[in-house]
Amino acid sequence: MNTTLKRYAPLESRPRSGTGRLKAILLRWLPSGRTLAIVPPFAWLMLFFALPFVLVLKISFADQQLSVPPYTALLSFEQGVVHIALQFGHYLFLLQDDLYVATYLSSLKMAGVSTFFCLLIGYPMAYYIARASASTRNLLMMAVMLPFWTSFLIRVYAWIGILKDDGLLNHFLIGIGLIHTPLRLYHTDWGVYIGMVYSYLPFMIMPLYANLVKMDLALLEAAYDLGAKPWTVFTRITLPLSKNGIIAGSLLVFIPAVGEYVIPELLGGADTLMIGRVMWDEFFNDMDWPMASAVTVAMVVLLLIPMALFQYYQVKELEGVK
Amino acid sequence: MIKASKPLGFSVLGIGFLFLYIPILSLIIFSFNSSKLVTVWAGLSMRWYSALLDDTELLQAAWLSLKIALMTAFASVFIGTWAGFILARFGRFRGFTLFSGMVNAPLVIPEVIQGISLLLLFVALEQYFGWPHGRGMFTMWVGHVMLCLSYVAIIVQSRVKEMDKSIEDAALDLGATPLKVFFVITLPLISQAIMSGWLLSFTLSIDDLVLSAFLSGPGTTTLPLVVFSRVRLGLNPEMNALATIFIAIVTVGVIAINQHMVKKERRRTRDMQLAFHQ
Repeated sequence: MNTTLKRYAPLESRPRSGTGRLKAILLRWLPSGRTLAIVPPFAWLMLFFALPFVLVLKISFADQQLSVPPYTALLSFEQGVVHIALQFGHYLFLLQDDLYVATYLSSLKMAGVSTFFCLLIGYPMAYYIARASASTRNLLMMAVMLPFWTSFLIRVYAWIGILKDDGLLNHFLIGIGLIHTPLRLYHTDWGVYIGMVYSYLPFMIMPLYANLVKMDLALLEAAYDLGAKPWTVFTRITLPLSKNGIIAGSLLVFIPAVGEYVIPELLGGADTLMIGRVMWDEFFNDMDWPMASAVTVAMVVLLLIPMALFQYYQVKELEGVK
Repeated sequence: MIKASKPLGFSVLGIGFLFLYIPILSLIIFSFNSSKLVTVWAGLSMRWYSALLDDTELLQAAWLSLKIALMTAFASVFIGTWAGFILARFGRFRGFTLFSGMVNAPLVIPEVIQGISLLLLFVALEQYFGWPHGRGMFTMWVGHVMLCLSYVAIIVQSRVKEMDKSIEDAALDLGATPLKVFFVITLPLISQAIMSGWLLSFTLSIDDLVLSAFLSGPGTTTLPLVVFSRVRLGLNPEMNALATIFIAIVTVGVIAINQHMVKKERRRTRDMQLAFHQ
C-alpha cells in the first residue's frame, strides 16, 4: 500500500534519497529523446557545412603569405597587446577591378542564358512526357535520367569531339552544304552555353515533369468545353499552374551554373569569364587563398537571393505534400 | 480526355532526346575507332580498350574512386536518412529553418564553394588539433558525404511525408518505443527510397571532380581527376573507351533496377487485389 502510494505521489513529496535526487536532476537537465535524435545530424551539418563558411569569411580578411597554411592570422598577441589585422584590400580590389566586375556580370549572363534555353527545351519535353500514357511516361523519364547517371565529366568531354573545328558537327554541316567554313564553337562562349544547357537539362525537366504530371486535366477539359483555343488554354491555365515547377527548375539550373568550373574550363575559351573559374585559378595557380576566399564570399553573396528562394520553394513544396 | 498533339509531341521529344543522346552515341562509336584522331573514322578496333587495361595510373585511380564511392554511399545513406526523417516527422523545432537550409543548400550550391570551404576547415583543424594529417581519402570522403547526404535526405523526406502516419501511430499506441517504430515500421517502408539514395550517392561520388580536386592530397588521385587532367589536353580515345564501359554499366544497372521495381509494384497490386477479393 505504502509503495503504490509512493509511486504515484508527486515528485516533491517523495523521500529524497541520494540517487533519487540525482535522477530527478538528471531528468530535468538531460535532453529528451527527441532532442537527442536531432542533435547528431545537426552537429554534423554545423561542423562540415556552416563552420567552413565562417572560415572562408575569416580567411578572406587575411593576407597571403609564404607558409603553411598560406595566410596570416587575424589575431596576434604581442607584449600583452592583442593585434587584430583585417585586410579589406581583397574586397576593395573585387569592387574596383574591372575584370572582376566583368566576371560577375558574365557569370550571371552565362547562367541566365543557359537557364533560359534549358527552360525553352525542357518545358516542351516535360509537357509531352507528362501527357503520354503511364507506361511510356516511365520509360521516357528513365531516358531523361539515364545521361544524368552517367558521368558528368564524360558527357562534357563528348562535346569536345562534336564542337571542334574539325569535329562531327562541322563535318556534318559542311557535308550537307549548309556552311563552307567551319563554325568556331569549341573554346568560345557558345561551346559553354551548349555544354551547360546539355548538362543541366535533366535538372530542368525533373521538377517540371513532377509538376505537370500532377496537373488536374479536368481544368483543361473545362476550358476546351467552353470554347478556348489550345494556345489560350496553355497560356491561361497550364503555364500559370506550372509556375512552381518553372521556378524550381530554373533555380536548380541557375544557381550551380553561376559557379560552374568544369564546363567553361573544357569548352570555353581563354576569354570566357566565369567566377568559379577565376576562383579556381586564384586558389590553385596563384596560391592566393585569401583572395580566393574573398571571391567565394562574393559568389555566396551573389547567390544569396536565389538560394533563399530555392529554400522557400523547397519547404513549401514539402509542406504541400502533406 | 485531353490529347496532346501527336506530331508536335513526337518532334519535340525526338529533337530533345537526339540532343541528349548524340554526344553519348558519338563517344561509344568512336571508342571502337582504330585511328588516334577521335573525329575521323578509320576502322573498327579494340585497341583503346586494351590500352585501358595496361594503364596502371588509371586503374589505380579507379580502384580508389570505387572505395571512396562505397564508403560515401553507406555514410550518406546513414546520415541522410536520419536528417530526412527529422525533416519529415519532427515538426518545426528550434533551428528548423537553419537545419533544412543546411540540408537543401548542397543540392544547388556551386561545388567550388563547398570545396574551398571544406578545405579551409581541414587546414584549420590540422593547424589547431593536428588532425586530419594532410589531405587524402578521409577528407575526400567527408566532402562527398556532404554532397550526397542532401540528395538522400530529400528523397527520404519526400517518401516519409507521403507515407501514412497512422501505421506508425498505431505501433506507438501499442507500446513500441519511437526508436523501435522507426526500425521496425518506418525503415522497411522507405527501403526503396534508401536504395535509390544509395545508388545516387555512389554515382555522384564516383563522378565528383571539383570537391575531390580541393580535398585530395598527394598520392590520392581519383578517377575523375585523372580523366580531367588528360581531357584538358584535348581528345583522348582511351577516355572514349572508359566512357563506354561506364555507360554500359550504368545503363544495365538502371534498366535492371527499373525492371525490378516495376515487377515489385505489379506483385504488390496483385496481392492487394487478392486481399480485397477474399
